[in-house]
Amino acid sequence: MFSFAVGSALSIASILLVVIVLAAMLIWVERRLLSFWQERLGPNRVGWFGIMQVVADMIKIFTKEDWVPPFADRLTFVLAPAIIMIVVLMSFAVIPFTPEVGVIDSNIGVLFVLAMASLGAYSVMLGGLSSNNKYALLGSLRAAAQMVSYEVFMGISLLGVVVLAGSFNLREIVETQADGWYIAPQCIGFLIFLIAGVAESHRLPFDIPEAEQEICAGYHTEYSGMKFGMFFVGEYLGLVLISSLITVLFFGGWLGPAFLPPIVWFSLKAGIFIAFFILMRAALPRPRYDQLMSYGWLFLLPLSLLNLLVTGAVVLGTM
Amino acid sequence: MFRLIKDTLLSQAVTLWGVFRKLFVKADTVQYPDEQPYMFPRWRGRIILSRDPDGEERCVACNLCAVACPVDCIALQKAETEDGRWYPEFFRINFSRCIMCGFCEEACPTNAIQLTPDFEMAEYVRQDMVWEKEDLLIDGVGKYHDYNFYRVAGKQVAGKDKGEALNEAEPVDVRSLLP
Amino acid sequence: MTLLFYLAGAVAVIATIGVIVQTNIVHALIYLILSLLAVAVIFYTLGAPLAAMLEAIVYAGAIMVLFLFVIMMLNLGQNTRQQERVWLAGRGWVLPALLAAVLLAQLLYVLGGVEGMSAAEQVGVMAVGTRLFGPYVLAVELASILLLAGLVSAYHLARKTGSGEE
Ligand code: SF4
Ligand code: SF4
Repeated sequence: MFSFAVGSALSIASILLVVIVLAAMLIWVERRLLSFWQERLGPNRVGWFGIMQVVADMIKIFTKEDWVPPFADRLTFVLAPAIIMIVVLMSFAVIPFTPEVGVIDSNIGVLFVLAMASLGAYSVMLGGLSSNNKYALLGSLRAAAQMVSYEVFMGISLLGVVVLAGSFNLREIVETQADGWYIAPQCIGFLIFLIAGVAESHRLPFDIPEAEQEICAGYHTEYSGMKFGMFFVGEYLGLVLISSLITVLFFGGWLGPAFLPPIVWFSLKAGIFIAFFILMRAALPRPRYDQLMSYGWLFLLPLSLLNLLVTGAVVLGTM
Repeated sequence: MFRLIKDTLLSQAVTLWGVFRKLFVKADTVQYPDEQPYMFPRWRGRIILSRDPDGEERCVACNLCAVACPVDCIALQKAETEDGRWYPEFFRINFSRCIMCGFCEEACPTNAIQLTPDFEMAEYVRQDMVWEKEDLLIDGVGKYHDYNFYRVAGKQVAGKDKGEALNEAEPVDVRSLLP
Repeated sequence: MTLLFYLAGAVAVIATIGVIVQTNIVHALIYLILSLLAVAVIFYTLGAPLAAMLEAIVYAGAIMVLFLFVIMMLNLGQNTRQQERVWLAGRGWVLPALLAAVLLAQLLYVLGGVEGMSAAEQVGVMAVGTRLFGPYVLAVELASILLLAGLVSAYHLARKTGSGEE
């Protein structure tokens, strides 16, 4: 029981722990990296290099008044932040971290992740709708359209990988990359997946549902305390998830020269993508809402379909 | 098509690279309370009332600063000494309203009121943000070292008659025909 | 698996009843999503993982989002409660309930005749794919043409008219 194997209790517990701690740490990592990129110092007072800032933030968020506005729809209001946490954590179940570490080894891993991502949209929508607040409603309207649209390209863009690997099983997808990562044949698919992933986890530059400058905080305008914290951590969990997915699908997961153990390779690759997402937040401006939609439907969708067609044709031709 | 790719990918990539390079640039900010940032002399911070080189109060209680102040946070009362000098009996600035705009400094004809590069003015009690003349008045000349209003202005005070100020001509004797 | 099946079935039934009797439209929708997810689990236990996932992605994930979207656009959140209550209070539900009961009885009778439903083997993605694009390719193509027609007409309805008015 106490050994690492796919689905063992130790494996599940450590994944859960590491992922949640990592998501909490990202609060600090993001602030620190952003400050470097903006020529500032960032939080560096609490603990070594400010790492205990995470604890300080946690204490703050836990002790804040957890308030449900009287005009809100109580049940939905409380339910919404829980959904995103659950859904994202569920998605981690199918991620193959190393040959030994993972929760389940599912034949429909890719589809499972997509299903969970599409359920994640409810968190944002219900949160905004139940707040009974105009800004929140606007935010969740935007979120609904954005997430439903970008799910489409997200699915289609990673079908190229599925075609090449011949499997929906994420573990098998990693194993088939032993003689070459899919980033090379699927670079267009990778770009589309990257963009759709940012839109799906509504991080900057696609944080249109919560655009502070336009609509306060969008769907979580009325949230405070730990409920807000759940949205917050859920966003970081989504970031970790997307980075892990990119690593698994396009960059060979745990594969790498043998001088480092697989888990290190995996964390290294995923870490680079997390940093890249934060860099995007530091550098890129937010597009307008209609620009985002027309860019998706008029440019990304045809491109991803073309990518899929060409991939299919090549695979068929070489078969 | 080419333009679209250029706009959507290339320009974003250039921006990303440009921001990424900042990782290796020294931070512009400093560890504030331990390390003081360099404050520029013309920074608009805490307001002082200065004295002229002779050590007299510069302020002549003309009220121009109070009028110029957009948030009306200056209050003062004029008084007069026996030798004809005007001075403020009280001079009060409510720093909890002051927006450090510097208009008062611009308006002041005697360079009395000046803004300094000091910004550390937090208080626990709001009333403590109201500063009286004793708090505002300093012993120095501030940013203008040699300026003395009564020496350049035509105002008559004890020890300086009409026409005795710097660069001032004798008053014209309107009853005389001589040039 | 059997336990899972009955559990998911119970959840589906209760959630569907919830959809009908709820007066708050958003809550009703949440029940509906729950019911669809339960059906997805049922599919899984019956050995159809692809159908299960598609149920979750397409029905629970996309179509219900559009429902919610429309509710948001029309802002139906709180004001429709009274109306729903009035509708539920009347005797209007008796006849539909009776008809549904007849259907249920028939369904139970038919199901009673079926011998030994087995969930032994899983129908994988590959099997579904080869079936769809093998023997059933005509049906798939017809369905896609239907969808295309829907797409074109939706585009036509949403199109801006030439004179500059919308
Ligand atoms: S700095 Fe501006 S606001 Fe402050 S006292 Fe002077 S005029 Fe008034
Ligand atoms: S404008 Fe200058 S001289 Fe006039 S009252 Fe204000 S501080 Fe005094």
